[in-house]
Amino acid sequence: MRPKLQLLTADLIQQILNEARTILAELGVEIHNPGVIELLAAHGAQVQTGRESAEGTVPGFRSGNSGTVPVTVRIPGALIDQALKTAPKTFRLYDVLGNQTHDFSGNNVHFTPGSAALNILDYETQVIRRPSTRDYIAYAKLVSRLANIAAQSTAFIPEDVTERISDSYRLFLSLLYCEKPVVTGTFTAESFAVMRDMQLAVRGSAQALREKPMTVFSCCPTAPLKWSDVTSQNVVDCARNWLPVEFISMPLSGFMAPVTLVGTLVQHTAETLSGIVISQLAQPGAPILYGGSPAIFDVRRETTPMGAIETMMIDCAYNEIGKHLGLPTQAYIALSDAKLLDAQAGLESGIGATLAALSGINNVSGPGMLDFESCQSLEKLVLDNEICGMALRLACGIEPRDDFPAVPLFEEMLREKHLLISRHTRKHLKTEHYFPGSVIDRSNRPRWLADGGKTLGERAHRQVQELVKAWTPSRLPETTKQELVRLMTAEARRYGMETLPDRDKGD
Amino acid sequence: MELLKGIAAALQAGDEEQTPVLIQQAVDSGIPAKQILDEGLITGMNRVGELFRDQEIFLPDVLLAARAMYAGLAILKPLLLKAKIAPLGRIVIGSIQGDLHDIGKNLVGIMLQGAGFEVIDLGNDVAPERFVDTAVKEQASIIGMSALLTTTMLNMKRVPELLRDRGLTGAIKTVIGGAPVTAEYARKIGADAYGYDAANAVEVVKQLIGRA
Repeated sequence: MRPKLQLLTADLIQQILNEARTILAELGVEIHNPGVIELLAAHGAQVQTGRESAEGTVPGFRSGNSGTVPVTVRIPGALIDQALKTAPKTFRLYDVLGNQTHDFSGNNVHFTPGSAALNILDYETQVIRRPSTRDYIAYAKLVSRLANIAAQSTAFIPEDVTERISDSYRLFLSLLYCEKPVVTGTFTAESFAVMRDMQLAVRGSAQALREKPMTVFSCCPTAPLKWSDVTSQNVVDCARNWLPVEFISMPLSGFMAPVTLVGTLVQHTAETLSGIVISQLAQPGAPILYGGSPAIFDVRRETTPMGAIETMMIDCAYNEIGKHLGLPTQAYIALSDAKLLDAQAGLESGIGATLAALSGINNVSGPGMLDFESCQSLEKLVLDNEICGMALRLACGIEPRDDFPAVPLFEEMLREKHLLISRHTRKHLKTEHYFPGSVIDRSNRPRWLADGGKTLGERAHRQVQELVKAWTPSRLPETTKQELVRLMTAEARRYGMETLPDRDKGD
Repeated sequence: MELLKGIAAALQAGDEEQTPVLIQQAVDSGIPAKQILDEGLITGMNRVGELFRDQEIFLPDVLLAARAMYAGLAILKPLLLKAKIAPLGRIVIGSIQGDLHDIGKNLVGIMLQGAGFEVIDLGNDVAPERFVDTAVKEQASIIGMSALLTTTMLNMKRVPELLRDRGLTGAIKTVIGGAPVTAEYARKIGADAYGYDAANAVEVVKQLIGRA
């Protein structure tokens, strides 16, 4: 049997869903995008400027750069039901060559590096710093070699390009250097076009891209119960182009969400359902993942600990709610708040990956990440690849494999003195046992000493170097690569950057 | 030579059927037995040892290669005897007196065989005198002893003493291993070497006989 973690009863899930639906119907969500408001209104949602409170209506304000007035949209249950009906129950991802890599269904678990860090942990200096193009290329090469990391993410933001292309540029590098599909997102509404066009260049046509998606876009509501102009636009853009979206609701227990885990789940459910409604109204049947990145709020340090056990419990619990709705799921879990690749980094990522695997979260974002989702570490990614391997093995559970009747095998062992080369061993060894890479030390002490007595960090770094060196170029056709360069260069020039950073430097 | 390379490859693949077939072909084509042994079997097994050390292949792969090697050796042995060519080395192994644990020692024996040694396994609870007597009688050049317990480990020191008493120090070398055993303990009791695991034991034994 597949081992399974369960945190919620069916009754509690139903209660949470009922409360979330009531919140959407009575309090509504605040939306900053006129097009999205129109879309919802056209389908029967009730629209009101500002937000009602016990003291009366709070007037809308002119928001940031979009100049839109926030509007509260009340979403009736019927709209939610309709959206849940059209949202696909499963979908698949494909690499840049068109080979299937992901099946988001059932309890299948796929790991992907945590996304969009501002920084990386520099191994040589052990200092957290802003990353460059060169760092990103090393990262993409590394991910191409990590067996338990099924997808890339646009994991961090190179600082040597203008901020206006910092989102699309990551996708560009990922598509160029690694064949795996990409979990990504936009920072502005304007970036969407080039990010779509690069995918069209890889797949050849909109129809081919729809049939074989290669990206998932993370789209984040703002706690509590808000959708910004950019992110809600992004949901619509993705839906209309059949690009999969993962909703990343981020309630903060005790701060921007109720302190209780159930209360946080109610908010997460409401925010995520509102995203599903927007997506499915924009394009019924558009692929989505029921995801999130909630956290408890640490009232001592004013932080959002991703390594807190309660954060992970919320993740696993909303995954149960998503599954109850029949939807594929995602979570930011299997990451750490540590600032170095230390014991805290390992334990928090290890617990997270284990719980995620036991919960059957379909897309697990987290590996490599440190410092509250703000810092990637290649060395940690190598370690986390092993954590993921162990978690995936755990999820396979314990099954009889040619074990009954048991007597013949035991007769063989008594006769041969060992089973090292038994047919039974040879058949099952590599599936029954997971074999980690050299970052995990399983030598006896003299052997460990003979190999240099290296720390985990040293072993991880050595493996990073070996794997990056072992990288082989993406098999994407050269003409496609040139087209990607052309698209990216044109985008950079739109924002006054004449040439892209030298990608061969230091290779 | 392609045929000898093929033998080494069959060995690495653990192919118990193909290895002797290729060796027979090599013999039939007039390649000297010693050359087939050195450039086919030993070269193949050395490569297997390297791959195992680097964790590219696992213990079962080594043992399968060893089994294939023995299938091939069966053809070569009479020819080697005829040409008066000795095996790589003969070694007597066992768990020391008082110790009934033999899993680690068995593994060492299997690995040594895989590396081309002739292994005489005396089993467990072996008296020091029996180690020495057997080594002398069988003309073995090495005695390998294993212990799992700190108490039985102490019995090992009697073997180097016996060899010294009989004037055999240097002629018959000793190597020890087992969980409580250390390189320092080996030095202390006058053993010639210490192996910290089965693969290392093979390396150490090869060094002792000057074949590393």
